[in-house]
Amino acid sequence: MEYRQTRLLMQFFIASEALFFVALIVAYVYFRNLTDDWAESAKYLDIRRTGIFTIFLFSSSGTITVANWALRKQKRGVLVGALVVTIVFGAIFLAGQATEYYMLYERGVKISMNIFGSAFFTLTGFHGFHVFVGLIILSVFLTLVLLGSFKGNGPFSAFLATEWYWHFVDAVWVFVFFFVYLRPLL
Amino acid sequence: MKPDRADVPEPGVPLPSLRSTYGLVQWLSSTDHKQLGIMYLWTGLFFFLVGGLEAMLMRLQLAWPELNLLGPEAYNQLFTMHGTTMVFLVLMPTLIGLATYFLPLMIGANEMAFPRLNAMSLWVTILGGFLLNFSFLAGGAPDAGWFSYAPLSEQNYSFSNGLDYYSIGLIVTGIGSIGAALNFVVTTVTMRVKGMGLGRLPLFVWMVFINSFLILAAFPLLNAGLFMLLIDRQLGAHFFLPSSGGSALLWQHFFWAFGHPEVYILALPGFGIISEVIPVFSRKKIYGYGTLAGSTVFIALLSFGVWAHHMFAAGLGNPVNTFFAAGSMLIGIPTGIKIVNWIATMWGGAVYFSTSMLFALAFIVDFTLGGLSGVAFAIVPIDWRVTDTYFVVAHIHYVFLGGTLFTIFAGIYYWFPKISGRMLSERLGKWHFWLFLLGFNMTFLFQHLLGMMGMPRRVYTYPDLPWYGILNFISTVGAAMMGVAMLIFIWNIFHSLRKGVKADKNPWGAWTLEWHASSPPSLKNFGELSPVRTERALLDWEEDKKN
Repeated sequence: MEYRQTRLLMQFFIASEALFFVALIVAYVYFRNLTDDWAESAKYLDIRRTGIFTIFLFSSSGTITVANWALRKQKRGVLVGALVVTIVFGAIFLAGQATEYYMLYERGVKISMNIFGSAFFTLTGFHGFHVFVGLIILSVFLTLVLLGSFKGNGPFSAFLATEWYWHFVDAVWVFVFFFVYLRPLL
Repeated sequence: MKPDRADVPEPGVPLPSLRSTYGLVQWLSSTDHKQLGIMYLWTGLFFFLVGGLEAMLMRLQLAWPELNLLGPEAYNQLFTMHGTTMVFLVLMPTLIGLATYFLPLMIGANEMAFPRLNAMSLWVTILGGFLLNFSFLAGGAPDAGWFSYAPLSEQNYSFSNGLDYYSIGLIVTGIGSIGAALNFVVTTVTMRVKGMGLGRLPLFVWMVFINSFLILAAFPLLNAGLFMLLIDRQLGAHFFLPSSGGSALLWQHFFWAFGHPEVYILALPGFGIISEVIPVFSRKKIYGYGTLAGSTVFIALLSFGVWAHHMFAAGLGNPVNTFFAAGSMLIGIPTGIKIVNWIATMWGGAVYFSTSMLFALAFIVDFTLGGLSGVAFAIVPIDWRVTDTYFVVAHIHYVFLGGTLFTIFAGIYYWFPKISGRMLSERLGKWHFWLFLLGFNMTFLFQHLLGMMGMPRRVYTYPDLPWYGILNFISTVGAAMMGVAMLIFIWNIFHSLRKGVKADKNPWGAWTLEWHASSPPSLKNFGELSPVRTERALLDWEEDKKN
């Protein structure tokens, strides 16, 4: 019962969050077609560099699946390892985003520069924020596991909810990466 | 003796009661859906007084041509805060409150699926409300209308921090609404009593259920728009500033992609309440359960495809206008089906004119009028002629007051005995009803005429043109009558809470499960419930007893 409820809650919560990102992506694409601020600004984006960080983020979707498997099989060592790797991969992605922001900032690309800056930083920033929230939740789980509390149904369904949230954040990045980085090259 | 477990509240103490070991703290920390529902209702009533006071000040200023009681700045803040308060802090919390209280009871559940999420939704809603109103103290309330059209809502036109409080306040209340909607969906899907298939849900539950999907889909769009507005204002972005590459139209699209479904978010639970009240007071089964439920889904789907009918005058072009005009008119069909069903339910029934039923009847009449002026707006040339006049003001009030508010009154009079264990006074209730009905129609019926004569909305004063003075004066008198009616209503509540006639389990002889619990219900709503066979469970059980 509780498991089923958490599952449903998460499904609808994620659907609702997805619409939030749909709105942000629509704004980005709309402005991209509307204005020509892009030509001069978007050239600062480094797809190869971001691509490498993207691989880390996508890999963390795999490691969190391993963590969930380990939790179900009660393999504590694997669980700790997979959680740590997931958190590190997520953190590497965030660090990549931070340095990217810094490099853009040094070249004068700011949220207030033009409509490209506004749309770019808002979209990627909200995604980064979601990654950050996911990292906090995962760290709480890691702490709980290290303290020895990783049995029972409660953490199980809550962990599944977190896993879905993490997959969702990755899935959003697929679209963000496509529209922001890949699309201009096609 | 202190209980060994801090159950909130303690079992055995009837609700609503402040008599408990922990007193008020027990209310503030409660996760009980009934206590939370009651607090939602008080929140709605409190903000109704705030929003009502703002309306009274506006009507006072408009009572006569060329009055100068309020300046234009104050007037802008008042109409913005009045609209925002009424939509987000009165109608939504009250409907969500009724659903929080009654949805579990009506499906035979003892709690919501996520009690702590439930509490969070309430307190986040209240926090948003206070943030929004704090703007009055922080240098000026928002002043760009409840829709906050860009670029009027941007930093270079609206200097105070009001619009920032507007953005943050609405984001916060929006998160509360999404939390409540998630809870309703999961509760309805997973916690129904045995035998209650989706086709046997009480109609109020059914409509709250569908409504929750609307909330889950509409509020993220608003929140995205509000975040962009906030980022524009605080961080110097350009989303909605046409002067630097942004688009003011985009704000309108975001706002109305939320705002149009919002109209139905406020209407659908009301339809649900009416569908509970009318059969009980007509002593007849609801006519056409299937079509009533089905048309709800149809309305919900259509509501997302018609937002641009709020933008006919924005210059989107004829093909777009035609598409949205046709789409908007389609909504008349499922809504008409509902009206026919309610009337057919009363047809040949033994109608008992309780205050609750009177409000239901007034709802049918006034909501239909509001619906008809809505169809008028769907016709593009008429929209071009009367948009941004008092015709719109009249229309929105016919839909929100004649629609939603009347259903809320019907619901309160209907369910008050269950919530408090005491009856509301019918005598005072009828005073409330007639004064409010008369005042309401005096205020807003004549605003249709003012609108057709061309009086623009959102003006703080107007020249002494023929008929303007007298029609506005009638409007103001009507508003004062509504104010008096509300005082009677509030007196009725407080008086009845202390000295009202004690209500038994099922004072109206209704058939849905909430009337099976005691009045007021104990902490655990029900003991074991036997499975239900139809949507009129209590009637079945009674017959079972006889046989």
